[in-house]
Amino acid sequence: MTSELAFLPVAIEILYLIASVLFILSLKWMSSPTTARHGIWAGEAGMVLAIGGTLLNRGMDYHLIAIALVLGTIIGVPLGRVAMTAVPQRTALSHAFGALCVTLVGSAEFYLRSPDISRLMMVVLSLEVILGGLTFTGSLMAAGKLQEILPQRPLTYKGQNLVNFLILAGAVVIAVTLVLHPEMRTLFPIMVLIALTFGVLLIIPIGGADMPTVISLLNGYAGLSAAAMGFVLQSKLLIIAGALDGSSGLILSIIMSKAMNRSFTNVLFGAFGQVQAAAAAGEEAKPVRSATPEEAAAILSAANRVIVVPGYGMAVAQAQHKVRELYDALTKRGVDVRFAIHPVAGRMPGHMNVLLAEADIPYDRLIEMEEINGDFPQTDVALVIGANDVTNPAARTDSTSPIYGMPILDVDKAHTVMVIKRSMNPGFAGIDNPLYYLDNNLMLFGDAKAFVGSIVRELGGGHS
Amino acid sequence: MNSSSNLINALFIFVLAGFIGFEVIRRVSPLLHTPLMSLTNALDAIAVVGAIVLVGEHKSQLATIFGFIAVVAATSNIVGGFVITDRMLKMFKSSRPAANPAAKSVAK
Repeated sequence: MTSELAFLPVAIEILYLIASVLFILSLKWMSSPTTARHGIWAGEAGMVLAIGGTLLNRGMDYHLIAIALVLGTIIGVPLGRVAMTAVPQRTALSHAFGALCVTLVGSAEFYLRSPDISRLMMVVLSLEVILGGLTFTGSLMAAGKLQEILPQRPLTYKGQNLVNFLILAGAVVIAVTLVLHPEMRTLFPIMVLIALTFGVLLIIPIGGADMPTVISLLNGYAGLSAAAMGFVLQSKLLIIAGALDGSSGLILSIIMSKAMNRSFTNVLFGAFGQVQAAAAAGEEAKPVRSATPEEAAAILSAANRVIVVPGYGMAVAQAQHKVRELYDALTKRGVDVRFAIHPVAGRMPGHMNVLLAEADIPYDRLIEMEEINGDFPQTDVALVIGANDVTNPAARTDSTSPIYGMPILDVDKAHTVMVIKRSMNPGFAGIDNPLYYLDNNLMLFGDAKAFVGSIVRELGGGHS
Repeated sequence: MNSSSNLINALFIFVLAGFIGFEVIRRVSPLLHTPLMSLTNALDAIAVVGAIVLVGEHKSQLATIFGFIAVVAATSNIVGGFVITDRMLKMFKSSRPAANPAAKSVAK
């Protein structure tokens, strides 16, 4: 009996070790689309082992656990079945759920252990609930903005950064007090409340164009808070999973920030939207050339090389399936069609790839910015669908532009550029795009889905 | 004393795992950044083990209630995360026909 009791914790730890290895393999296999699905199986296997191992612990009330697991599954399945266009908000929501779990467990641990908490432990515990709390509300806000329940425009006011800073400082002061006096239990909920408030305030000034960076950052925070929870619970598995998630969020944030030529602090405390609105109020009514679907179809079918540049507008118009029909029609005519993917096109990292893959466009036709940028001068037509800032040549030339220095897709170097756009109104970010006034640019005014559909009809009509 | 040496051990694990994560995730194709995020999200929900212990041990009413909500939230992330990652990855197809049978034979 005693040997069995000693054996059990070791067995559980070994299960956790295997799960940790499976998690790392799972991420390793994500390096290529050909092995990525093994990554899911590894992850699932690791998860089953870890949960199974945990349930082996003695003296557990399985009844409640079972109810919670079933309830979670009932909520989880529809969240896994959302439309691909809703993936950014679903991701934000799942960051919120993860952070909620961490915050609740941290709070429960505080009340179970207080006042018998070592200083070091209280530091980690505070970190866990502050990071968890701000990630919870911040992610809910981000999900609300992406779902357009909340206004997508950045809301800024004077002294915003100071207010945010003071609020965060308040949470830190309380955390320090709790480290010194862990018996002051009433301070704890105040600290959590401040963290929750801070999360809301943090996301209020963020605009839609910054969402890829912010989602990545929240991903990183969620990971770090989970790692902190691992420290509190002395769970190596949780520390490892949290560190993996944290580094993933960090790497993605770095990639996104670089792709916007901005620093983290600039994204979080930059109030980007205001500057842009001011810049957009400049000159107007310059001449542009526009074309009809028939003309666009004629130009496209005469081309040898076409590069399509998709952006958030394609996602909003749900035009990806029409784009696929265009790809088919042009490919059938021997036109080489590729897609240029800017890292921050859309609302989250990799957003465009998922939408185009959903429309059955082969992934080897989706080319990253650095790889494809050199090809634009040899390209007959660059077709921009619902992308704006990522094609704006002002980023290269105009040092007064708010996006100056941001790496862009050099569509203006193609022989002909065609831009599908609803009207000449500046895009979401509010920056005027000099591309539209270039001699080699044609505006295709209309809804992305409808316009691409008309081009496809024209091409189909000419073909058969 | 013991608790602080435990935390130092934990710090070692954290830093080393962070390095592994950095090196592994750096190699993930940008093509798959969206599924990467939903997968790490599902893996991160391993926090459920801590919540399960809270519910199972029933140490206080507050801990049980908090733990219960935490298990529900984390489980929905695990299930939803794996389901959507799988759906996304199924969509990524190569135009080179050679790649498909190869992928299938490895899968078996």
